[in-house]
Amino acid sequence: MNIYLQTLSRDLHIAIRNPSSVLNPLLFFIISVSLFPLAISPEAATLSQIAAGIIWVASMLAVLLSLNTLFHNDFENGVLEQMVASHHSLPLLILSKITAHWLLTGIPIILLSPFLGVLLFLDNEGVKILMITLLLATPSLSLIGSIGASLIVGVKNSGMLLSLLILPLYIPILIFASSAVSQAQFGLDISAQLYFLAVFLVLSLMSAPFVSAIALKISLE
Amino acid sequence: MSSLVVNNLECQRGYSQIFHNLSFQVNAKEVLRITGTNGSGKTSLLKILAGINLQEQGDVKLDEHPVKSDKYQQEVFYLGHQAALSAELTSLENLEFLNALNYPIKQPLLIQALDDVGLKGYADETCANLSAGQKRRVILASLFVSKAKVWLLDEPFTALDPKGVEIVENAIFQHCANGGLCLFTTHQDSALPNQRVISL
Repeated sequence: MNIYLQTLSRDLHIAIRNPSSVLNPLLFFIISVSLFPLAISPEAATLSQIAAGIIWVASMLAVLLSLNTLFHNDFENGVLEQMVASHHSLPLLILSKITAHWLLTGIPIILLSPFLGVLLFLDNEGVKILMITLLLATPSLSLIGSIGASLIVGVKNSGMLLSLLILPLYIPILIFASSAVSQAQFGLDISAQLYFLAVFLVLSLMSAPFVSAIALKISLE
Repeated sequence: MSSLVVNNLECQRGYSQIFHNLSFQVNAKEVLRITGTNGSGKTSLLKILAGINLQEQGDVKLDEHPVKSDKYQQEVFYLGHQAALSAELTSLENLEFLNALNYPIKQPLLIQALDDVGLKGYADETCANLSAGQKRRVILASLFVSKAKVWLLDEPFTALDPKGVEIVENAIFQHCANGGLCLFTTHQDSALPNQRVISL
């Protein structure tokens, strides 16, 4: 457990000393969402209908953008080799890197989402449900993303490959999360969607660190 | 007394076989120098022994504990081509993390280890500001304070000045005198006593 916290604090330290790698995806998130009112229509009726979808797509792409850096630096400088050679469980070390990734991208996205929701005329109920879906599903995005990131770690210019690998796995989350928000706006019951997102989180939490560990070992070969 | 036993090892890269039928034993207090031309599989051998790469065939054991078992990995320290340091962290922070991956070591001991490799006053310097030789010294400090019995060193003398080479040779000598064992690859001659050489 100690090594989990130590790896987590190491990753957070690195991010604090090199903030641009964390800020780039967040800026992308803010900019892409705020361009939609200019391009589509500034009318409240139109925007509030598509707000949840826009914010969800943008946050998914922002997470995707940040995944490249998850293992890349540690691979380049040889720390990843030391992690594999360590007697500590590799999935645990990976889980702590994923936690750091979520704290640095997922949490800021959740905290920014109400402001962007208001910008797109999302009502109070919608903003609340949007934040709940983000809270439930952004950890899954980091977890599933780690599988892709570990598969492509030694490959040059792999951004496109990462999207191809990961986006299909993100699609169910996107569908259920954005439909939860739009149904909540009509006052409908959304427990089914929330349960699905929760199941997805539990499944990815149980499998992703192990799959990533295997993928990383293959990439290091 | 520990001993590292390698039995009938075979290694492949892609479709080409790098070495096969490789068997040797290294006992405590012994140094094994691995030589060979470029591409002969020195690094691959060390990576297999470190549990990073998988062998095609054969087995590697340290006192009956097979490679990749917790007991084995705990006793092994691998020093690769890269310095294994994060540019954003200070020397001390890097050392704390690297050693935590094996045995956690207390801060005063780590600072002492940095002094010993000639990096007095560099504990709070971020590694981005260090030269290649200094980075090498940081990772060597991590090796010297580690409690691992088996040292696997891939080109440990790279980027080091003559004084640095002397520090490493002394450390290997001390380590073996204390009952450890050491395998290293190098293209340079080395004057270490108790040294066996195998050529790949």
